[in-house]
Amino acid sequence: MESKQVNRRQFLKVSGATAAVAATGIEGILAARQAPAYAQGTKLHWVRWVDFIPESDVELKRQMPEASKALGAEVTFETINANDLQPRITAAIQSGSGADIFNFQYNWAHLYQNAVVDVSDLASALGKAEGGFYEVWAPSCEVNGKWLSVPHSIVGNAVAYRKSWLKEVGFDKFPKTFEELRKAGAALKKKGKPLGQTLGHTFGDAPTFSYPLTWAYGGAETDKSGKKVVLNSKGTVDAVKFMQAAWKEAYDEGGLAWDDTNNNRAFHAGEISATLNGASIYIVAKRQKDKIKDDKGEPLWQDIDHAPLPAGPAGGFLLFLNQSHAVMKYGKNQKLAKDFLTWLHKTENYGKWFTTQEGYSVGATHKWENDPMWGKLDEPLKMFRTAARNTRLFGYAGPSTAKATEAFTKYIVTDMYAKAVQGMKAEDAVKWAEGELKKIYEG
Amino acid sequence: MKKPIAGGSARVEVLAPPRTARRGGAGAWLENERLLAAMLLTPTVLLLGLFIAYPFVMGVWLALSNTSVGNVGEFVGLRNFYKAWNDSIFRTAFWNTTWYTAWATVFKLTLGMWLALLLNRSFRGKRIVRASMLLPFIVPTVLSTFAWRWMFDPTFSVLNWLLYRGGFITTKLPFLSDGAYGMWCAIAVNTWRGMPFFAITLLAGLQTINPDLHEAASLDGANGWHRFWNVTWPLLKPVTLVVVVFSIIQTFSDFQLIYVLTGGGPANSTHLIATYAYQVGVATGLLGEGAAISLFMLPVLFVVVWLQLRYLRRLEA
Repeated sequence: MESKQVNRRQFLKVSGATAAVAATGIEGILAARQAPAYAQGTKLHWVRWVDFIPESDVELKRQMPEASKALGAEVTFETINANDLQPRITAAIQSGSGADIFNFQYNWAHLYQNAVVDVSDLASALGKAEGGFYEVWAPSCEVNGKWLSVPHSIVGNAVAYRKSWLKEVGFDKFPKTFEELRKAGAALKKKGKPLGQTLGHTFGDAPTFSYPLTWAYGGAETDKSGKKVVLNSKGTVDAVKFMQAAWKEAYDEGGLAWDDTNNNRAFHAGEISATLNGASIYIVAKRQKDKIKDDKGEPLWQDIDHAPLPAGPAGGFLLFLNQSHAVMKYGKNQKLAKDFLTWLHKTENYGKWFTTQEGYSVGATHKWENDPMWGKLDEPLKMFRTAARNTRLFGYAGPSTAKATEAFTKYIVTDMYAKAVQGMKAEDAVKWAEGELKKIYEG
Repeated sequence: MKKPIAGGSARVEVLAPPRTARRGGAGAWLENERLLAAMLLTPTVLLLGLFIAYPFVMGVWLALSNTSVGNVGEFVGLRNFYKAWNDSIFRTAFWNTTWYTAWATVFKLTLGMWLALLLNRSFRGKRIVRASMLLPFIVPTVLSTFAWRWMFDPTFSVLNWLLYRGGFITTKLPFLSDGAYGMWCAIAVNTWRGMPFFAITLLAGLQTINPDLHEAASLDGANGWHRFWNVTWPLLKPVTLVVVVFSIIQTFSDFQLIYVLTGGGPANSTHLIATYAYQVGVATGLLGEGAAISLFMLPVLFVVVWLQLRYLRRLEA
């Protein structure tokens, strides 16, 4: 039987490595070329969404043994459906047990602020090392001066459209304003090729359209203080009136029941001519070029291009899905969790994952705009490179607090449009939404 | 051993059971009926306490507090109930739940009764038909609802395709993309799923009815409807009431079907109390408010069950 006793030399080796790790963190581990002395059998559990780019999850799974070796602990990686993340986090927090690291989206750091560990040290080190974070990150992850989740990446969105179909109705380039889009869409719908947009209860494509549309017409949920609801304005009413008219004239009216995957399928099947989405429509069409073809039997990806969501009278705005990672307070291995996140963001590790995304996600920092990957991508994907520079969060014009999340998860802004396109007067739909927001922000 | 029993002048001697061996401690415990009953009931009471009483008490406490995810709440009285009652989405969900439960129960009862009467007849393959009828009830709700969701898909609905090909429609029906259609679709799926439970229970009830009663009614000249209304229905009433009570409880607190089929949309037109409570409690993290919303089901179900059980007792009397 193998002796489990530790001799003096082993003790010094282990304690030396421990001291090095304590003093220098992950850099120390890597410099020492030795895993830190976490207790034998120490495990770390990491939960993320199921990526819309499956190859990226494959890459992360491939990296886990490397991470385990580098950290001297067993790192387990689990993916779950994005809509199941919040129930899972809630259950974990309330029961005080579960994954050590959770994938947060949008501004969840505000929602779960008392259940996560301060990761300001990691975030500031990462921001400094990589040329600074995009502006959207501080309001998303920083609560009362502390960073409560580490920014990871931003899923950009743009309108994927059929170049040839737009040309057929006289648009060589994608419309730059919503009014132009309405005209193009009306002509396309007459040809049986409507625009596609969900107004259903789904976390991605619905709010990333409904909020920017409101902003584009000058509407906002609250004033700058975040305490006074200002939704009921001329701008919001105009936005709702636009959507009411455009819905009948230009859009596939089935969109009221779509989730985040319906528009991908409808686009690939040639049922719609344009839709707001991440880059996944293009990427999947190209990767499955033998299956996904256009009406002439040619690979569909060749006829796809991307354009930013059009602008309204007040300008063009974007709401992107941002992804960060939080270390849970109930976890027994908080230091290990932080070390793991540092390891994950090392250029050589993060870069491999980033490359598999092919522009579907952009980095959390400006550094990744200059990654060589962008030079190798197809032209339609290159627009995502700088797309995250000018995005907003829900709750605008106030701070994006937990109250903004409540309004978001209740789909109030999306439902304002959904009610209007189903026949409610625009003014009444806005009034309804204003009433609901007041109960949240002013109640 | 003989024990003398006093009995007037006569003297009767009763033989006590022979003692083969002295009963041990466990044996003596088993002889005590009270103790035995307590022992047998304890596991059930513990299970009920753990899985029903504790969550219920916890739910009541949460509903009376401002607990949110990661924050221990404080007692806030009835504030959460007041907030819910003044919330237009909650009112919509409450009305939807009532509407959904009422119509689904009516359809399940009518179609379940019709199916039970058909299955009560003799025909070839009766056993296979009876067994296969239970399939919708056996298949996990999430799985079957996903299948229905595909059938109602706004873009690729097979039902729309069939209706279009059959020349019945010229444009797609907005199964899930219109509030009213969405609700009726949900009712249809619930009926499809719950009808076998009604049919099989009512069939069991039908088989307890003596055929002589029907024969006598026929001889008196009663037609099929009269035989059903005057013989079958009165004898089936107790079973029917029990099934209806069960069904109302299950349908009023339904969650899975709506969560998968519509997610409560479009524009909350299919939200039920359970799905809205989940949205507020779990997605938004307002556990106290979510618990209060779900507790609104309790008084409604209590009144329904109480009324029906009272009626049942009167019937039995």
